[in-house]
Amino acid sequence: MQQQTHIEIKNLSVFYGDVTALQNITLTIPDKKITVIIGPSGCGKTTLLKSFNRLIDLEVGVKINGKIFVDKENIFTPGLEPTHIRKKMGLLAQKPCPLPMSIFENVAFGPRIHGLKNRKRLHGIVRYHLKQAGLWKEVKNRLHEPASKLSIGQQQRLCLARGLAVKPEIILGDEPTSALDPASSKRIEEIFLMLKSRYTIVLVTHILRQAKRLADYIVFLYNGKLIEYGPADSVLNNPQQTLTQEYIYGVVS
Amino acid sequence: MRGLRLFKNRIGTLLMKSLAFTVLLLLFVMGTGLFLRSQDLLAGKPISDLLFSSSWHPSTGEFGYLAFIFGTLAVTLCALLIAVPFSICTAVYLSEYAKKRTRDFFKSVIDILASIPSVIFGLWGVLIIVPLVKELGSIFSGASSTGYSMLSAAIVLSVMILPFIVHIVLEVLQAISLSLREAALAMGATYWQAIKYVVLRKALPGIIAACGLGLARAFGETMAVMMVAGNIAQISSSPFEPTYTLPALIANNYGEMFSIPLYDSALMFAAFILFSIILVFNIISWVILNRVKRRL
Amino acid sequence: MHKDKRFLEEKIIKGIMRFCALLLAGLLILIIVTITVKGLSALNISMLIKTAKGGFYLGGEGGILHAIIGSFCIAGGATCLAFFISTPIVLYINVYRKKNSKLAELIRFSFNVLWGIPSIVYGAFGFTCMLFLGLKASLLAGILVITLVELPILARGIDEVVQQVPIEITQAALCLGATTGETAWKVVIRQILPGIMTAILLAFGRGIGDAAAVLFTAGFSDYIPESLMQPVATLPLAIFFQLGTPFPAVQNRAYASAFILTLLVLSISITARFFSRKLSRHRIDRL
Repeated sequence: MQQQTHIEIKNLSVFYGDVTALQNITLTIPDKKITVIIGPSGCGKTTLLKSFNRLIDLEVGVKINGKIFVDKENIFTPGLEPTHIRKKMGLLAQKPCPLPMSIFENVAFGPRIHGLKNRKRLHGIVRYHLKQAGLWKEVKNRLHEPASKLSIGQQQRLCLARGLAVKPEIILGDEPTSALDPASSKRIEEIFLMLKSRYTIVLVTHILRQAKRLADYIVFLYNGKLIEYGPADSVLNNPQQTLTQEYIYGVVS
Repeated sequence: MRGLRLFKNRIGTLLMKSLAFTVLLLLFVMGTGLFLRSQDLLAGKPISDLLFSSSWHPSTGEFGYLAFIFGTLAVTLCALLIAVPFSICTAVYLSEYAKKRTRDFFKSVIDILASIPSVIFGLWGVLIIVPLVKELGSIFSGASSTGYSMLSAAIVLSVMILPFIVHIVLEVLQAISLSLREAALAMGATYWQAIKYVVLRKALPGIIAACGLGLARAFGETMAVMMVAGNIAQISSSPFEPTYTLPALIANNYGEMFSIPLYDSALMFAAFILFSIILVFNIISWVILNRVKRRL
Repeated sequence: MHKDKRFLEEKIIKGIMRFCALLLAGLLILIIVTITVKGLSALNISMLIKTAKGGFYLGGEGGILHAIIGSFCIAGGATCLAFFISTPIVLYINVYRKKNSKLAELIRFSFNVLWGIPSIVYGAFGFTCMLFLGLKASLLAGILVITLVELPILARGIDEVVQQVPIEITQAALCLGATTGETAWKVVIRQILPGIMTAILLAFGRGIGDAAAVLFTAGFSDYIPESLMQPVATLPLAIFFQLGTPFPAVQNRAYASAFILTLLVLSISITARFFSRKLSRHRIDRL
């Protein structure tokens, strides 16, 4: 099976002032598969993820070397406007973060700012994506209530629907279930498995079992360096590097 | 579509940026304007005479600002001395000990107190504080006081700046994370010890900033002070004697500005002195704040 | 025993603090009660309805309607202007710039200085400009000077609220592909709406109550101005002048005027609170 590359990272290094967060990372993220980035706390997983949609620009004192190609375009080209990159990627953050608007407005926000004004079409989009995120049934009668009134699991699904509504190609998830209860986590994981046929998904997690459940490919980072990456089966069951072995078998956490 | 959005964003950003620079420009224009208008006075007299002499007789051409500078500083510092301990105590109580309902109630009290106009405070001062000080004056010092004095001004001012200081210190204390307090308590400290040794230390820059704010506000207060201070240009030897501040000087004599030569320049110079003091004060507190922050 | 000493110290300090807080509340009540008692007795309807006739300050007939209207006009115009200037600036330095931006620090510093400048200095500066431009004391001049006075107050109020917006909200908006402008004006504004309302009303209250700045610039008059270029009476100055006369009857009217002003300011405060609650519907409180 031909494996297509969606994101290609070449020699990426990220520095926060004097601290090296990522050192010379080179890897490729395959298309329409779930890639999970694992590693102990502070190893740079979130930094790597945030580099993909240039959210890292917002950090203070950050310096970036290297290139990231998304659909053959280097997102770090000087002067490149990041809005269209961000549109391609939906980010699901660790803490669900609804916008200060109604449920409807939350999902409609993305399409609205990208130009869609037609009320009927917006409603259709909102309905479709809320269904995709598995939230429609629970909110269809209170679309105009404030989003802050939802439970935390519902909020995360709302954020997912919101992210999907801008028609991204890639979904990024920064420990998307770590703030949720087990039932909601399970739902989100099921949704990811459903979505992978249409989107490239990159997740960061510190829960090895979640990686086992979801991953097609695994990337293992340690202390800002890329230690090992490859198909999930081989990395999890037959790790080549000592560090990977130690991490997976629970010696290092 | 995307191009249009980005273009709109760029124009918007540019406009906002220039608006921001206008604010900087405003400061500069103000300082220069006031300075230029004081030129008539400054050209004629050496600055040391103006700032260090306390004889103020405009009709004979004597413009010594010392009494006013003294009055302004004295009243401000006294007000701070009274207000700061009260404010910190209140803020700490509200933040650490009071229930949420009490805290919300007091937040409203503070906001309302902060919004009461200066003339109302002045009126209240005349009605309540001045007679009070008159009584105190006859008890404490031999000479009889009319009640219109430095002390009255200081008291009224301190009430005016209380809400500002409390508001900021309260905010600072609330912003300090719970985990800091928990860490101290987990080591067996009493609640008060946790506050004294941990929370207050962390809040120090904020508290200093709050005092700075109170000082700035007290410094420029015009109407209330004018109504209770007595307005006699002298370096008072006791707080029960009247005093005259720079803002009161300007406000009181605005009507006669053009009737005496150089008087208008003199009043503008008074305004310039006020402006400069606030500017310098802000620079100093900015430097101090940065140094304190770095040490923490 | 050292242990008992700790708890005793805490008890004493707590008592002192409670006293301070009570004193604070007591002061506010004292002020309001004093003004109400003195003012209510001298209040009559004609004060509110009529404008001053000749000889008002010498004990003659009339009311302070013109002063009330004048204050509202000045404060209203100034608050609008100040809002349209300060909101873009505050949003700019918070959303468009990174946390450690030098420009943001400089602007905040300037606003701090401007905040501390006494309103009498603004009045003096305004007067200087008026002389320079050949303008006379007028409603327009009053509005412009009060705009300067309110600008740092509004800016500080809005800045306070914007800084409390959780960073995740702006990040979430940007992640959806929004431009900084869209993030600022469509998302952040919604979150801070109650705070903005409060800041506006607070600034408005300040604009109504300020006497020192309008002293030089708005002039005074017995009539309601018919154009922007005419002098206008303001409530605080009306109180001040009434108080300054040697006639007790007029001084009593000053108390009544003070009562009216206090009532106005209090109602603005309460309105601010009310609106703030109403507009908090969509606010994200905890993350």
